[in-house]
Amino acid sequence: MTDIEDLYQEVILDHTKRPRNFREMENASCKAEGYNPLCGDKVTIYLKMEDDRVTDISFKGAGCAISTASASIMTESLKGKTRAEVESLFNTFHGLVTGEPRASQEAADLGKLAVFSGVSEYPVRVKCATLAWHTLLSSLKGSREAVSTE
Amino acid sequence: MRAIGDALVTPSSERQERNLYPHAGFDVWKIREDFPILKQEVHGHRLVYLDNAATAQKPQAVIDALVHYYTADNSNVHRGVHSLSERATNAYEETRAKIKRHINAAESREIVFARGTTECINLVANSYGRANVQADDEVIISAMEHHSNIVPWQMLCEERGARLRVVPINDDGEMIIEEFEKLLNSRTKIVSVVHVSNSLGTINPVRQIIEMAHDWNALVFIDGAQAAPHLKIDVRELDCDFYAFSSHKMFGPTGIGILYGKAELLEAMPPYQGGGDMIRSVTFEETTYNTIPHKFEAGTPNIAATIGFGAAVDYLNDIGFDPIAAYEHELLAYGTEALSEVPGVRLIGTAREKAAVLAFVMEDIHPHDIGTILDRQGIAVRTGHHCAQPVMDRFKIPATVRASLAFYNTTEEIDALIAGLHKVKEVFG
Repeated sequence: MTDIEDLYQEVILDHTKRPRNFREMENASCKAEGYNPLCGDKVTIYLKMEDDRVTDISFKGAGCAISTASASIMTESLKGKTRAEVESLFNTFHGLVTGEPRASQEAADLGKLAVFSGVSEYPVRVKCATLAWHTLLSSLKGSREAVSTE
Repeated sequence: MRAIGDALVTPSSERQERNLYPHAGFDVWKIREDFPILKQEVHGHRLVYLDNAATAQKPQAVIDALVHYYTADNSNVHRGVHSLSERATNAYEETRAKIKRHINAAESREIVFARGTTECINLVANSYGRANVQADDEVIISAMEHHSNIVPWQMLCEERGARLRVVPINDDGEMIIEEFEKLLNSRTKIVSVVHVSNSLGTINPVRQIIEMAHDWNALVFIDGAQAAPHLKIDVRELDCDFYAFSSHKMFGPTGIGILYGKAELLEAMPPYQGGGDMIRSVTFEETTYNTIPHKFEAGTPNIAATIGFGAAVDYLNDIGFDPIAAYEHELLAYGTEALSEVPGVRLIGTAREKAAVLAFVMEDIHPHDIGTILDRQGIAVRTGHHCAQPVMDRFKIPATVRASLAFYNTTEEIDALIAGLHKVKEVFG
């Protein structure tokens, strides 16, 4: 049995209480909204892209500790990344939180995102950890439809 | 005092010393023996099941009824001439008779079997509603309805060009009767309200609501999904036109529920679905419909669950609704006081007349996180909007934690919940 503290690690709690890049963005090049009907989590991702590179990223919203921390750490991890690097990082992150690493993918360096390893023990919380990511990818694709985890 | 699990380490408080056990004629420890599922451990802790408003656990008598049916009597109903079909039909129709007696309906044919409360609401909205609600008519619901008592009426109103009116609730989660009175008028065709709120626990004054609606010749549908497990229902005393509830919330199997409707209303209503059992004769030119209740029961029904439902009704009546209500009332008082003492906890739903539902929020810790941490201590609660998003909007919260109690719950389990909440605070520092 894993301890509950494996899920709610210090870094996660810190980002929940003091989320980084938690602001609206003027002149965002893309913006997308995500919603998790299971727990009512809502997130809006703002993105500024220049030459296929993330130059600024921020978010607003309200959600549980896992979804807020995930959005916060995601924004910290993605500044300066290219679109391909973002997608690669998401694939590795997805493998981490679902406990099913995609063998065919080359693992990206997760850095601070590794604190979400505990999520794989809590399958119902995977959606919380990935909501911001799914929303981000939707904004990159320029979709105007709100993302739902359902 | 018996401890029932390692989560229950909280020392006896002053509350505990006001010993709730043994109750006159009500032995919760003996009752717990009837529910095999409660004996298990979850994450190394004895299961503390506090999600009864979502679905209740099943006593051995219900499980045995299902096993017996499939082992000895399995057959289709209403058709065969052979012995098995006769036994199955008798057992199936016996549930209808039991429920008729249980809710004091005038006749068994006023009891229609459906999949559950949701299907019953859809049945009435589609059958009675589409035949009787015209453009500019009005349907009234309340602000504390479950989505299933909102959406079918919204769909009906949209189709007919009718208006859906909503009775507001106050800060305690009680329906504001003066506002209901103002909404009633000669265009009001249907009033559909919940008897007991799933998200707040509020017990609505349905007798009064029905009388007020009838003064305007409006029909009243009562959603009794959360009332049936806790209260003795008397449809003739209430004088409701329709009443519905689900088996699985009253300790019976899933997939079966009943619609009570006054016979003259059901007779006048067009069928809801076409198929077997609901017809008397079919040619390609014309179909003659069966009599009520069968007119509304197309297709092979959920026979096993219906028979199990009958066993659940018997089980509840053997214990008795008066002892159940008295015990649950004390459990609710105990839980309300205990939760109120946890710093940062705010109860959502503080109606004077209330069933055993404890919904709350805790500081800025999201209910979903609370639910996960409690689960790791073996405590099952529901977190989220409980299919009542308008209620969440009313209280300006995204979600609540809901501990919903049944008569097999104990004060020790409430202590475990409180200890669990202290653990949540510890994790969140």
